[in-house]
Amino acid sequence: MLYREAGDFKTSYKDDAQTFPIKFDRYRYYAVLLVGLAVVPFVINDYWVNAIFLPFLIYSIAAIGLNILVGYCGQVSLGTGGFMAVGAYGCYKLMTAFPEVNILFHVIAAGGITAIVGVLFGLPSLRIKGFYLAVATLAAQFFLVWLFNRVPWFYNYSASGQISAPERTLLGVNITGPNTEAWASYLFCLVLVFFCAWVARNLTRGSVGRRWMAIRDMDIAAEIIGVNPLTAKLSAFAVSSFFVGISGALFFSVYLGAVEVGEAFGIQKSFLVLFMIIIGGLGSIFGSFAGAAFMVLMPVLLKNTLVGTLGWPTDLAAHIEFMIVGGLIVTFLIAEPHGLAQLWRLTKEKLRLWPFPY
Amino acid sequence: MLDASEGYVTPDGRQIGGVMMEMRNITLRFGGVVAIKDISFDIREGEIRAIIGPNGAGKSSMLNVISGFYNPQEGEVWFRGAKRPPMKPFQVARQGIARTFQNIALFEGMTVLDNVMTGRLTQMRSSIWAQALWWGSAEREETENRAHVERVIDFLEIQSIRKTPVGRLPYGLKKRVELARALAAEPKLLLLDEPMAGMNVEEKEDMSRFILDVNDEFGTTIALIEHDMGVVMDLSDRVVVMDYGKKIGDGTPDEVRKNQAVIDAYLGVAHD
Repeated sequence: MLYREAGDFKTSYKDDAQTFPIKFDRYRYYAVLLVGLAVVPFVINDYWVNAIFLPFLIYSIAAIGLNILVGYCGQVSLGTGGFMAVGAYGCYKLMTAFPEVNILFHVIAAGGITAIVGVLFGLPSLRIKGFYLAVATLAAQFFLVWLFNRVPWFYNYSASGQISAPERTLLGVNITGPNTEAWASYLFCLVLVFFCAWVARNLTRGSVGRRWMAIRDMDIAAEIIGVNPLTAKLSAFAVSSFFVGISGALFFSVYLGAVEVGEAFGIQKSFLVLFMIIIGGLGSIFGSFAGAAFMVLMPVLLKNTLVGTLGWPTDLAAHIEFMIVGGLIVTFLIAEPHGLAQLWRLTKEKLRLWPFPY
Repeated sequence: MLDASEGYVTPDGRQIGGVMMEMRNITLRFGGVVAIKDISFDIREGEIRAIIGPNGAGKSSMLNVISGFYNPQEGEVWFRGAKRPPMKPFQVARQGIARTFQNIALFEGMTVLDNVMTGRLTQMRSSIWAQALWWGSAEREETENRAHVERVIDFLEIQSIRKTPVGRLPYGLKKRVELARALAAEPKLLLLDEPMAGMNVEEKEDMSRFILDVNDEFGTTIALIEHDMGVVMDLSDRVVVMDYGKKIGDGTPDEVRKNQAVIDAYLGVAHD
């Protein structure tokens, strides 16, 4: 009953074009922000941050990035893991080369580096489409992982071939390294997630976003209304890789602290993020969050119920967990091929009329 | 024939201006197949120009040459007094030529409003940085263009479906939305590829009215391909008739109707 447009009149096009046109939605969004910023940091501990919040937030950024490329611009990519690795190694090189600069700049700059690399690997998209483009980006994935494995300069000639994040601070507070407190890394990631989601939303509602969607829906018609396919596709690759690079940098520096490229940024990672956006909903920012939440929370939840509540042996639970998650993915895709975001949209449409649908 | 520099006055009293677009000796080949053979004609400011002909005559190819999908092997395209170099379709669009397609080419995943807004993309030039932060020019531009798009939406009477995803619309409305998208670009020359294909009589009447209104209110020059002879003869000021890639007739509807070559092409010739 609260959820409706009636009585909430828009008197300008600016009002009509806002992100949350319905009042209830707007207040809900502010409430979520307030809880995330002002309540959660005081109550969380290490377990919550490392098991749930950090992976959720970081994968959300990656999912938003990939969603811009696949969901909005229609260019299939399987190179996400490789681009995350570029972000991670870029961040590592910057952190070790400029220790006095604060970590926020390193993370953003790592995103910038990834954007440039993304554009380079996006060049084939001008000639090829669909599955063939997916294979071309797969090549990027393998090449990048190989590069970071084989060229010692990238891991500063360390004996193990790993990279590990040195201690870095922001405004005097530790963000990376072993002495970081849970709330600091959480808040740092949350702010970046907020920034990325906001930028992604701005881009997708304006003319840049329309260019991407025009290319996605029908590239011939897009050209005839004056969209230059070259700039549209490459800008999608750049923006997408920028976000993916940021998420890679955070994944390495804030979340894991030390990574080995083949393990952390292998092909599984590309598929994981792709699953997130397919389950969450292609072409939807909310879907990116929903998909990331689903893929991160589901295993944790299942493990807790199976091992914690039902008392099953850990190894059996681990296997069953895979089967259940797989089954759930299939069920979801059959029930709603357009993902959680579409379910959410339908619920909202129903809610708008509830409780008097006629 | 008509003088190239001056216009003429139509029977219903509209003043037609000078030459806007001129095709000079266009020849288009696909390998060994000659789709268009040495065709010349012009389109004048403010005119409704029809291209007709039997199936496979090369009408759509001609439109594709104008809109830049094909570059002819021979011949020149002149637009607004200048020879046009070979161009990509998006460059042609920026020159002020918009078109609709025979098979609807809308963006199915977007709403009607977003689809029509895409028609304004040639006018929207705020940088990606401004848009990322939704700063100054980005927001202003969005609102200004939205106001323009709303005028087009009012004009074509599709206000009620503004926020509906295009995929859910029936065929006739999709055609109208496509016209709206083309009009949103404020084209100087509007190309319509079979705007009435597959419509019933009422929808055809609506569409004809819109075409006349567009020409009348915005002064847009229109070139259209259509198979419904009644519609063509009523709407257009001058008609080009094509058959097997060649031009067999050109003139006012009345002249074309009396042209023996045209009658032969449409009705066939007795072999005796």
